[in-house]
Amino acid sequence: MIELRQVSKVYPNQTKGLNNINLTFEQGEFVAVVGLSGAGKSTLLRSINRLHDISEGDILINGNSITSAEGHELRMIRRDIGMIFQSFNLVKRSTVLRNVLAGRVGYHSTLRTIFGRFPKEDVDLAFEALERVNILEKAYSRADQLSGGQQQRVAIARVLAQEAKIILADEPVASLDPLTTKQVMDDLKRINQELGITTIVNLHFVDLARQYATRIVGLRAGEVVFDGPVAEATDERFAEIYGRPLLEGELLGEVSA
Amino acid sequence: MKNPLESGTRQTARPLPPTRTKHVLTALLILLLLWGSAVQTEVSFKELIEGFPNMLDLLREMFPPRWTYFDNIVDGMLETIRMALVGTTIGAIIAIPVALLCAGNLMPHRWVYYPARFLLNLVRTLPDLLLAALFVAVFGLGPVPGILALAVFSVGLIAKLTYETLETIDQGPLEAMTAVGANAIQRIVFGVVPQISAAFMSYVLYTFEINVRAAAILGLVGAGGIGLFYEATLGFLEYDKTAVIILFTLAIVLFIDFASTKLREKLL
Repeated sequence: MIELRQVSKVYPNQTKGLNNINLTFEQGEFVAVVGLSGAGKSTLLRSINRLHDISEGDILINGNSITSAEGHELRMIRRDIGMIFQSFNLVKRSTVLRNVLAGRVGYHSTLRTIFGRFPKEDVDLAFEALERVNILEKAYSRADQLSGGQQQRVAIARVLAQEAKIILADEPVASLDPLTTKQVMDDLKRINQELGITTIVNLHFVDLARQYATRIVGLRAGEVVFDGPVAEATDERFAEIYGRPLLEGELLGEVSA
Repeated sequence: MKNPLESGTRQTARPLPPTRTKHVLTALLILLLLWGSAVQTEVSFKELIEGFPNMLDLLREMFPPRWTYFDNIVDGMLETIRMALVGTTIGAIIAIPVALLCAGNLMPHRWVYYPARFLLNLVRTLPDLLLAALFVAVFGLGPVPGILALAVFSVGLIAKLTYETLETIDQGPLEAMTAVGANAIQRIVFGVVPQISAAFMSYVLYTFEINVRAAAILGLVGAGGIGLFYEATLGFLEYDKTAVIILFTLAIVLFIDFASTKLREKLL
């Protein structure tokens, strides 16, 4: 369970990133966070695993405050939270397998990981993860030889190998074409359902949010302006979130298999 | 509707083109410095032309080279290469932590990387020949002071090139490693090292090239290698022997340059 209590974030240049956010995410939810660029979606997500520090309030991950955690304790909380990025953030010159194994470093001593001595169970876990996202045959390819969609699936495999209990996905499909978008979103949905991993996804396309999520959170200017099940997230409500009617660019169009 | 092109305000709203005064002044300043340096050091084309016959005399004395001298200098040349190899390797190992300390994007505070860079720049201002002379004074004659001088010089060069590359790496994988729960060392090993290892190897090879050339003259101050033979033959005015050393050095340097360039192409 993730709890955000009166969370505010002010950037050094006095810009308000988040303004008094109160949210609770239950285990196993699939939440889509929507809003315009600059609404604070990314700031919200990065506050949860503390890639960004918040200015006020508290964030609890399964009862432990990540806001006050330091050093080893902070790393242990982060180990349970996988993150997927718009730009994949793989090491392009390393193999797919090594990128996936990088998800395991939080479980071992520094010395062991420096020499890449991962136990057999970890390697098995990495291969299983690759299999789950249908990219097993690329295990020994260099990451930069893969297409964008394949790279994002490697990033998902890294999160799986990490055995994360929460997945944060920051615009995971923003740099992918519609067909690959569907594959990646399907993977995320399947993992959410099969493994019960809490999944929070920032999305630009509102129809994609409606199609995959069970709950939608709408942000505007750093504030929560909508929080409810997909059924309530009608076009009219989205017009409120966005402060104007939806534009064509905010709909991906129905993606068929 | 009013056409904006016809409005009177348009002319005044156009930004002024940047002035060229700065470029002209820079060019003038450089010419002035060049002319001033020539006057102060009393360089003139007249002297160059007058000295030309002497150069020809020297060349004439160098030919034909005394090829039999070759046997005497093979050991010296091998020592030179060994010095360069050991010096570069020691320097490269020390350069790794130094480069990390200098990288602004990896160190948390400027009071870590500014002093580190200052020290690095200080090391780089010392010429290798001066370093060798100092180390000869400390450790005595032989290849050891030469190796140490090359090692110090290598740290300066490799660390400088490496930290500049470090600052251009993709921050994405580092962010991902932070999110995974990695500690500082694991972040560097998994997020940074794979990104720069090829460039680092390339810099080490490049430094090795430079060090072979530098090692060839370190013998002038008694720091071992082929330089000792330069000094000996020049001192006895045996220019035909000097010619053999020059040609041999040229061949070795060309070969190492070629091999290293090919290797670096493969790396990047």
